[in-house]
Amino acid sequence: MAREDYISIRNTSKHFGSVKAVDDITFNIQQGEFFSLLGASGCGKTTLLRMLAGFEQPTLGNIYIDGQPQAGVPPHLRPVNMVFQSYAIFPHLNVHKNIAYGMRKSGLSKAEVDKQVDEMLELIKLPGYGKRGAHQLSGGQRQRIALARALIKRPKVLLLDEPLGALDKKLREQMQLELRALQRDVGITFVFVTHDQEEAMTMSDRIAVMSMGKVLQIDSPTTLYEIPRVKEVADFIGTINFFEGEVKGKEGKATVVETEGLGKVFSTASGDSAPTSGKISVALRPEKFNISFQQPNVQNNVVEGVLQAAAYLGDRSHYYVKINGREAPVAVASQNAQRQMQAVEADNKQKVWLTWDEDSVLLLQS
Amino acid sequence: MSDQTHAAGTYSGAEEQTSFGFKLRSLFLKHEWLRGYLLLSPTLLVMICLMCVPLFMLVAYSFWTQNYLDIDKTFTLANYEAYFQKPIYAALMFKSIRMSLYCTFATLLLAYPMAYFIAFKVTKNKLIWLILITVPFWTSYLLRVFAWKVILGFNGVINSGLISLGIISDPLEFLLYNPTAVVLTLAHAWAAFAILPIYVSLEKIDRSLLEAATDLGDTPKERFWRVTWPLSLPGVIAAGLLVFIPTVGDYVTPKLVGGTTGIMIGNIVQSQFGKANNWPMGAALSVISMLMITILVVTFIVATTRARAKN
Amino acid sequence: MSDTVSKAGSDERGVQAPQVIESKHEGHSWTGEAPLFIYAVWYLAFLYIPVLFLPLFSFNDSIYVAFPLKGFTLQWYADMLENPALLHALENSVKVGAGVAIASTFLGIFAAKAMTRYRLPGKGPLTSFIMLPLVVPGIILGIALLVISNTIGVDLSLYTIGLAHTLVAVPFAMLVLMSRLEGFDKSLEEASLDLGENAFQTFLRVTLPLAWPGILASTLLTFTISFDEFILAFFLAGNEVTLPIYIWSQLRFPNRLPMVLSLGACILVASFFIVTFSEVIRRRGVGTQSGAAI
Repeated sequence: MAREDYISIRNTSKHFGSVKAVDDITFNIQQGEFFSLLGASGCGKTTLLRMLAGFEQPTLGNIYIDGQPQAGVPPHLRPVNMVFQSYAIFPHLNVHKNIAYGMRKSGLSKAEVDKQVDEMLELIKLPGYGKRGAHQLSGGQRQRIALARALIKRPKVLLLDEPLGALDKKLREQMQLELRALQRDVGITFVFVTHDQEEAMTMSDRIAVMSMGKVLQIDSPTTLYEIPRVKEVADFIGTINFFEGEVKGKEGKATVVETEGLGKVFSTASGDSAPTSGKISVALRPEKFNISFQQPNVQNNVVEGVLQAAAYLGDRSHYYVKINGREAPVAVASQNAQRQMQAVEADNKQKVWLTWDEDSVLLLQS
Repeated sequence: MSDQTHAAGTYSGAEEQTSFGFKLRSLFLKHEWLRGYLLLSPTLLVMICLMCVPLFMLVAYSFWTQNYLDIDKTFTLANYEAYFQKPIYAALMFKSIRMSLYCTFATLLLAYPMAYFIAFKVTKNKLIWLILITVPFWTSYLLRVFAWKVILGFNGVINSGLISLGIISDPLEFLLYNPTAVVLTLAHAWAAFAILPIYVSLEKIDRSLLEAATDLGDTPKERFWRVTWPLSLPGVIAAGLLVFIPTVGDYVTPKLVGGTTGIMIGNIVQSQFGKANNWPMGAALSVISMLMITILVVTFIVATTRARAKN
Repeated sequence: MSDTVSKAGSDERGVQAPQVIESKHEGHSWTGEAPLFIYAVWYLAFLYIPVLFLPLFSFNDSIYVAFPLKGFTLQWYADMLENPALLHALENSVKVGAGVAIASTFLGIFAAKAMTRYRLPGKGPLTSFIMLPLVVPGIILGIALLVISNTIGVDLSLYTIGLAHTLVAVPFAMLVLMSRLEGFDKSLEEASLDLGENAFQTFLRVTLPLAWPGILASTLLTFTISFDEFILAFFLAGNEVTLPIYIWSQLRFPNRLPMVLSLGACILVASFFIVTFSEVIRRRGVGTQSGAAI
């Protein structure tokens, strides 16, 4: 039975002078999970990771790993290992010695350690690289060696500090999938720090979205995308359209909001927990709009606009529609399911109609 | 791969968390600055014992008097009064400061173009140039001064050389044993000290700033005065201080090449600890020198900071 | 506007005066106006030539340092080797120098590590404080130490000289070591800790192998500083003297002059090689750019 609170962070804060890098955070990470800390620079994700590693001590609160409190435990005694952003490959040791570095105190014989190093090299797909010098390695190779060096110690938790940031796009995407597969393979809990939301979405079981030292929401990628709880999360993950409005009450199952631009809007997304009055932001993802060049035959959930810009991306098209009452155009994304022989020309005169599902209308506070 | 973890040395045991050793260790782990200061403490301790305490003692001495072989420890301002009463002390003090200023100015003037050359005009083999200008910095100061004594002497290199070339028939007497000889020697001996700070600040200048200036219409000369020079000022000021402060109290150079007219305050201080045997007086003179230097330096720094802030 | 900015003759960093004489200077390692280069050469000559007279006249067969040269001789060097006082002073200088090199490098390592790897409040003032011995006039430090020795009742000896030299050597050691430590990735030490080595083992397995050029350079440099230092030794010497003090004592005797020259020449040459060797070592290896001054 996988422990739910394998890593437990309780009311943890880290202050640097008057700056609160991490501000009273509490959450759990499950054993065997691929867990990501996602946020912009300065949100506190790296500081939190370093507190797990032991390089920073919390100013307040406690951290537990597998039930053991980690307060006062120095980094070299913790059951975690870290892959650093700069990889930190020892320049004065060859690949084999780098990977074997942490095994000095393992009590295993040299032959046994050598065997494990070779197994590691196989795992990271660099067989026979043992004798190579550190300076002879490419970025991607260093990254994998840093990984091997940490994994060979069979840590309870592997921490990764933006390890893919320095790689070019194609390599990065390949490594994302490889890391994910590797994690599934070895079953170790991964805690992954990144500022790239697509990266987090690709790899993670759950993501903690952070901002200014606080955790905004922790959920699976799907939930984060479809049911963001606050505006900031919705905005950070993917693209989204916001419409400011005021809640007018309920009609049946739907909440009614009077918005700028979309007029009267019905939302069933939040169900019973929807607010019944007050200011609110209505949010709709671009792909939740249906765009049509003829007026559709519906009464509600429709708005007329003018096509301002269009971009043809092959598999899909992006449209930007200007509607009354709203300055910024509405972003609409549409799959090109039918064969398109011509991209749509936007001339700022073409009338279009947007329709949507009540279920897709998100209600968010700031 | 098995799920077993064998991370060596895994920490365990809640009982250990209450021991004093553990508490002390947690304190150190938590407060990074404590660990840093602990690491720094041996060095700091040595510096305090070898520099602060002796200097403090020196100040204490300046308020005492010499009673033949003993030191009379009653507090008195007699030494300081003597400084103001005998005009020679003040005169010598100001003379030393003046000579140091000349020397500093000359040194900086000579060093700046050299530093500029290496920072901007050398592309290959910068290392060699840097080593060449650094090495004199490390060799014996005494020998460098002595070399000038030998060069400027009555029967020295310059005179004998000029005579054997037939340019003059009698040796030039004005070369050695005067203040000019002291300033010249000091400028040579301290040259290496001046180059490095200036070089460092020039090297740090972001090259794209110069490109921007050129792009906006500056000629090289304008660009130098409007961009390079102001940005190199911190280095120039540092170099100036690095040369001025030690040369005010210099002893070796005036002793070897100054003769009777080129003596500086350092000579008098040394004699108080030598033949004149008046340690408290020597201490007082040193304290006054340090005060003078400090006042000058502080005024200078404040003035330049204000001037730069206005820009 | 853009025609005034020349294209050829720019170095990789792109700085160039518009009036560069293009492509005639392809083979040179410098660019730009010739006057500055001439000045640089003259300046180097100004730095070195006065000192080079010492070795020159040390081979001269005359007790006067004067032109014209009289003839080649190694007499003065032979005299030097047969002088017991000189050799004894040399031995003392080496002993003191070695002690100072070890002590100051040791203290310098601690200080450099503290400054570069920890967030310390008041780091700026601390650094300035440790650099102070460089700007206080030597004579003042000398007499201050003399005064305190007298007060405590410590006899002057090679040890007092050694302590004084350590004081002025520590700032240099710290500077050299700081530049070395800043040159390599801090995460390397953290990685070692993360992988299970404690602080001391990390120092042995990671820091030391990467920092040894700096440590070696620091020992050589501080040795040289102590070896050549005069004014502090002058004030703090007891019965045993160091080489610079010995030289000073000989300056009064005109017939000893050539021997002083030969001694001086030897010292200069030795210092030159030690310092060059140390600088070359220091600037090699991981992460240090050759364009950095310190």
